[in-house]
Amino acid sequence: MGTPRLGCPLSTYVERGTGGEVELGRSLANRAFRGYFRGRNPNPGNPVKIAVCIKRVPDMDGRFTIAGDGKSLDQNGLKFDIADFDGYAVEVALQLNEKNAPGESVVVSVGPDGVQETLRKALGMGVDRAIQLKADEVPFDGSAIAAALAAELKEGGYDLILFGRMATDSANQSVAPMVAQMLGLPCVTAVSKLEIAGGKGQAERQLEGATESVEFPLPAVLSIDEGVARPRLPSLKGIMAAKKKPLEVKPAQLGEARLTVTKLELPAERPAGRIVGEGADAVPELVRLLHDEAKVL
Amino acid sequence: MAHMFAFAESRGGELRKSALESVAAARQAADSTGGGEVHALLIGAPGIGGKAQDLAKVGADVAIVVEHAGLERYSPEVFAATAAAVLKAKGCRAAFFGATAMGKDLAPRVAATLGVSLASDLTSFAIDGDALTGRHATHTGKIITTLRLTGTPAVATIRPGAIKAVPNAKAGAVETMAPAMDPAAAKVVVTAIGAKGDAKLDLGDAPVIVSGGRGLKEAGNFKLVEELAAAFGNAAVGATRAVTDDGWRDASTQIGQTGRIVSPELYVAVGISGAIQHLAGMRTSKVIVAINRDKDAPIFKVADYGIVGDLFEIVPKLTEAVKKARSH
Repeated sequence: MGTPRLGCPLSTYVERGTGGEVELGRSLANRAFRGYFRGRNPNPGNPVKIAVCIKRVPDMDGRFTIAGDGKSLDQNGLKFDIADFDGYAVEVALQLNEKNAPGESVVVSVGPDGVQETLRKALGMGVDRAIQLKADEVPFDGSAIAAALAAELKEGGYDLILFGRMATDSANQSVAPMVAQMLGLPCVTAVSKLEIAGGKGQAERQLEGATESVEFPLPAVLSIDEGVARPRLPSLKGIMAAKKKPLEVKPAQLGEARLTVTKLELPAERPAGRIVGEGADAVPELVRLLHDEAKVL
Repeated sequence: MAHMFAFAESRGGELRKSALESVAAARQAADSTGGGEVHALLIGAPGIGGKAQDLAKVGADVAIVVEHAGLERYSPEVFAATAAAVLKAKGCRAAFFGATAMGKDLAPRVAATLGVSLASDLTSFAIDGDALTGRHATHTGKIITTLRLTGTPAVATIRPGAIKAVPNAKAGAVETMAPAMDPAAAKVVVTAIGAKGDAKLDLGDAPVIVSGGRGLKEAGNFKLVEELAAAFGNAAVGATRAVTDDGWRDASTQIGQTGRIVSPELYVAVGISGAIQHLAGMRTSKVIVAINRDKDAPIFKVADYGIVGDLFEIVPKLTEAVKKARSH
């Protein structure tokens, strides 16, 4: 690892392959310490209060079976975890707070008591406290979820409200901008690079074949894409500490669900393909098939 | 009879393909509910109005043109306020946006401004009485979810390529309006748009995609993939997450669950084993070809045609053969 420089984009702090919370935490603390005494703390005396909204989703590597009602998943054997992108958002909050210490990070999740396990995982990663907005089930409608989150976050005094770019189960990508709109806050979605300094932020988003550079003031709502920060694993020490951290349970003030699921189906299996042959000798036959049979050449 | 709204996305003064597809979706919705008008919103720097006729060609009855020097680039707050104002003024039954980086950012803001819900990334849809129904791939493409959206307007984003724009010429009236909010008052400001490399053809638009994985062994060997793509003439180059994580290729070219989801006419996987994460991004391609040394690699389970063997021998031969086939 080269000589770190404070005030550089968060993404440059991503350390691949180390994974250890202690090591990453210590190196970041050292950087913040040195930076502070060089007068280069990006946000001196101005700790950041960050909410991270996370979702508990089934493990996407598992096999899905549709339940008897035809519109929900058979829960038997499903394993659950924090949605991939929400893990990135938690990591961004932790790194920002480590850099601008003392800050505060709060994780919020809507759902039944099962979400407490997901909230505890984030606490184990280092988040300070957790809020469960209790609901029997998580609506599919992003605006219904957004209403509950906005009601909770409105008076929280947060500098940043973070989300993952999308929940990997419902894949709606709608909650972050809806919460921002409901709270009248600036919002940048699908952030793949981020720098926060002096009450302002700079972000990059991936467009189709291009990158968009965006500036925004705090407080703001952001949804985090891959590339900003790799989530750390909770350490044993972190997991132990998480048990004592506050986890508040409140009823979710869900909005009206106007978007509902009427049917789930497994996608049609692709018909079994064929091995055309082995090695370069099979090329002429492949080209013939692409031309005559598949008609794509 | 109900009027429909389409958002006509542009970048750098040019319409994006999703603009035409949104108009086509709105046309389909209007025609299926008694033939109302399609109102397409076109926002940009002065001169963008010149593109209105391209919208009329695929079925827009009215192009609503908003030109402003401060709107050369996307401004989420101004675009959302303006789209919401148009939807209110025109009383549209439904609003269609492309499920692109811009559309996915904009449509939820518009829905929240109007106090309605949003159906995302639909691959098909219908207006059915007081509801819009549609299909949407969830759980990284492993489940197809059918949805029912109530409320007016019904706001939806449409997966790129799912609804094709077809010639359907309308007279194409043009209305001009001012942005519903002063662009100078926006808090979120897009300061620059940087093009990625020299990619001429976006992954979402390319009829053929040639992708490479770890089997290429090192970044420099990606030239084999590029040469094969060049031989097809109409191909874009993709990559697996392993490859973009290692910095061999730009992250924007990653195809998979956490990257781009594509469904070209032909997808050629070179040195790709076929991890679930990658399959989630390309399994809906029309024809899949795989070249891999491991005959048990999962990519062969989804591939229509596979060649087992050393890609360093096979790919150059295939490049030559494709060049020859295309020159006939």
